[in-house]
Amino acid sequence: MEKSVAIELKGITKRFGEVTANKDVNLDIKRGEVLSILGENGSGKTTLMNMISGIYYPDEGKIYANGQEVVIRSPKDAFDLKIGMIHQHFKLIDLFTAADNILLGEKMPTFSIKEEAKKAEINLESVMITADGDSKKKYDKAFAGYYRKLISLPFVKLGKIIKFNHLARKRAENLQKIADKYGFEIDLKKKIYDMSVSEKQTVEIIKVLYKGADILILDEPTAVLTPQEIRKLFDVLRKMREDGKAVVIITHKLNEVMEISDRVAVLRKGEHIATVNTAETNEQELTDMMVGKKVELNIDRKTPVDPKPRLIIEHMTVRNKEGQKAIDDVSFTINGGEILGIAGISGNGQKELLEGIAGLQKVESGDIIFHNPKKNKPVTFFHKDLKKIKKMAEEGFFHYPDGSKVDLKGKKKKEIVKLVNDEQILFYEDEVINLRHKTPRQIQELGIKLSFVPEDRLNMGLVGNMSIVDNMMLRSYRKGKSIFVNRKRPKNLADHIIDELEVVTPSDQTPVRRLSGGNVQKVLVGREISSSPKVLMAAYPVRGLDINSSYLIYNLLNQQKEKNVAVVYVGEDLDVLLELCDRILVLCGGKISGIVDGRTAKKDEIGLLMTKLSNEEDETEVNA
Amino acid sequence: MHTKKREPFIHIMKRADMPAWKMWLIRAVAVLIAFLVSGLVCLILTKGQHFGGFYSEMIKGAFHGTRIYSLLQSWAMLLCVSLAVTPAFKMKFWNIGAEGQTLMGAFASAIVIWYLGGKVAGSLLIIIMLLVSLVFGAIWGVIPALLKAKWNTNETLFTLMMNYIATHLVLFTINQWAPDGSSKIGILKYGSFSSILGQKYIINVVIVTVLTAIVFVYLRFSKHGYELDVVGESVNTAKYVGINVKKVIIRTMILSGAICGIAGFLLVGGSPTPTLNADLVGGRGFTAILVSWLSQFNPIIMIFVTFLVVFMQRGSSQAASTFNIGDSEAFNGVIVGIFFLLVIASEFFVRYKVVIKLKKDKIKAVREGGAK
Repeated sequence: MEKSVAIELKGITKRFGEVTANKDVNLDIKRGEVLSILGENGSGKTTLMNMISGIYYPDEGKIYANGQEVVIRSPKDAFDLKIGMIHQHFKLIDLFTAADNILLGEKMPTFSIKEEAKKAEINLESVMITADGDSKKKYDKAFAGYYRKLISLPFVKLGKIIKFNHLARKRAENLQKIADKYGFEIDLKKKIYDMSVSEKQTVEIIKVLYKGADILILDEPTAVLTPQEIRKLFDVLRKMREDGKAVVIITHKLNEVMEISDRVAVLRKGEHIATVNTAETNEQELTDMMVGKKVELNIDRKTPVDPKPRLIIEHMTVRNKEGQKAIDDVSFTINGGEILGIAGISGNGQKELLEGIAGLQKVESGDIIFHNPKKNKPVTFFHKDLKKIKKMAEEGFFHYPDGSKVDLKGKKKKEIVKLVNDEQILFYEDEVINLRHKTPRQIQELGIKLSFVPEDRLNMGLVGNMSIVDNMMLRSYRKGKSIFVNRKRPKNLADHIIDELEVVTPSDQTPVRRLSGGNVQKVLVGREISSSPKVLMAAYPVRGLDINSSYLIYNLLNQQKEKNVAVVYVGEDLDVLLELCDRILVLCGGKISGIVDGRTAKKDEIGLLMTKLSNEEDETEVNA
Repeated sequence: MHTKKREPFIHIMKRADMPAWKMWLIRAVAVLIAFLVSGLVCLILTKGQHFGGFYSEMIKGAFHGTRIYSLLQSWAMLLCVSLAVTPAFKMKFWNIGAEGQTLMGAFASAIVIWYLGGKVAGSLLIIIMLLVSLVFGAIWGVIPALLKAKWNTNETLFTLMMNYIATHLVLFTINQWAPDGSSKIGILKYGSFSSILGQKYIINVVIVTVLTAIVFVYLRFSKHGYELDVVGESVNTAKYVGINVKKVIIRTMILSGAICGIAGFLLVGGSPTPTLNADLVGGRGFTAILVSWLSQFNPIIMIFVTFLVVFMQRGSSQAASTFNIGDSEAFNGVIVGIFFLLVIASEFFVRYKVVIKLKKDKIKAVREGGAK
């Protein structure tokens, strides 16, 4: 089949302030093939496609559609050119059904009362001209008909409006037929809020197809799907390709590029590096093009050394804001010196699980037992005051380096302070503390370092408008009795992190929101790790990061693991989970659907576990 | 076939960064334009007679002779109220009740003078006035904060309503106090400290200057200031790092209200003719909000912004009375309105770059949209 060029870009440049998102990009999109736009985060893939779909307007360069120069100023212009884009963040109305979302914005066929009246008048005139002089009756009849029509016009219009707006059921049925024909498994009468991410994506695709697009752009379509769902999506895309449509997928996942696309266009730092035929390349070559230098992509996973329980979660239940059980009677153990992966479709309780442990969400029932590895380690004033130490000594918690029991009775304050500062008072056993009902602050002050990388970096964890230095202080600013903040140590820490993790920033005084996603993440992870945690919980820490930064983060997590930290890693990329984690816990509907060994588990196995409970529910419904 | 569309003529681009001097240049140009437009308004209202005269009258009205002292007094008062609203606004607590909080401060001072005036030593009276004003302002500020913390009430509506309560409380009290039912209590005999340094009003300026420095340091360097900044930027992050958000809200509103109380105290005690009426604050509580925003919550910038606003107010009042342009209050309202409108509008050019495509295929970035 002849592959005609659908869209051609020539010399496209787009700048945002000082940042050049795209520089002199030349690219063509052909019908009947799948083109991958490959590039790291921040390489300008989405920006480039947004210019085709009318979200942005290029600063320089030209766009040709079907060989003609076009100006795309709005998404509507793009639709007129049959370009449809499915964005990473779905643009759907939750309260509407899928069909309503698809039909939304459809215009009623125009019906102008004025024009209809004019038509009737012309009709009347023609009757009068053709009629003979004697047919008065005919005249009268024509006049009566004319007036009747004039009066009825508003009602006709009203009828059409009602028919269009309220009798749309028929159209929804037609829509369902189209969807079924294409092989989409979806019920279009379902409300969006009842739908899974994969279903929402399907709705977006049908919407674009329904509007007649034959150039489809999908922005990171697989980011939130299970392996099984990805396979389904790819089947649909292949069908579209056979239909002669031009399909563009924006992605940074190499295996998907190799699987689905015919050609790959690689972008790096806004520049178009090359377009190659997928058949003639391999993953390593693409990676090198994408990153610009040779990179080695492997994660050094060491066997855990003597993993001991650090956190024991027993029958934990957490309700979300709507009062539903987001975490439902979950029990598991997190070991020190081990990375525990948490897999699951986003929104299945990952957030609530971590926030419940960190004290940010109220835990309805269950216990979180923390084993503070303090055995034979000195007690400090870091989190305990003199009174507390005295009390604990009375209860027989401590021993001297020579092994004898500590008795502080009758000792003067000065003497005790000296003993503690000289690290002469040691713990007999690990401290065991129940974290339930403790606030995040108390958890911190108890010396339990739950370092937590929240999913939503800039809304939780960092303050976008504050400088890197001020963000470093968030955890530590309370230290000391002075009423003033001390910015010296946070500044040192900030400079250290900028240096160590290669954060790209004009200075340590730059507001964090000005940094790119990867650099923001480095700042956050760097700060959390700097507090030498005992438990490090990281939720989607590599979301939006480029390859090098991602591997930097993986290595940091591995280093923490080797330091005997209990690491919890919530991820969405199953390949990474399987490469990085020692054990993988799969969450589904707030319950644990399985815990598998990271070294032996298969991707499909986890994929099934991710949707296990919902399948079971379906079955029981059928049985009932 | 697809109909050809014209390229957009004006193209708006977001700026990433701008050198500080350029930013201030744009703002300075906006102020200049504001002056120019004010002159033109004057020209129209005087039927084409006065344009240049407007400016000389403004300067005369603001600085001539002893007027400079009353200019300084107005400046100190507006600055004081602006300082008061700043911590709350920085915390994104939309406190529009500074008017009422200040009035309550003034009310408190008047109460002290009314009941204790002449009965205790002058200096003791002033100290009691200050303390009671602080407490009254703080109470008026903390009530909405408490309810916000407890039941998440809307602070904007709440603080606004508190203004009316304060006004009517004062009106009621004056009616009770006024001997002849005239609703005026006249000049109070005691409680004025304005002449301590020999010069009327100067003590207010000194107090407010010290206060400016304190608020600046508090916001910039103290732990409290840091906390309220975090709460303002992101409540979620604040909770995440263990900041007690409710406590910070309440604490900050106590501070805000207390500074308003000081403003009220200065309005009564700092005047050579201490008195109390419901219009004593005169809208400063609202002007202060604009001042605070324009200064980007920075007390140092606030010094200059307040000065500019007060200069325009007093200058245009003088021009209005010299040229007989109706009600001088109304005229200075117009002038200050023009000033705020233009300066706030100029922020657009700080954030965005306007590119005008003069010719197709020839892109010419007109870099300084704002300065033109």
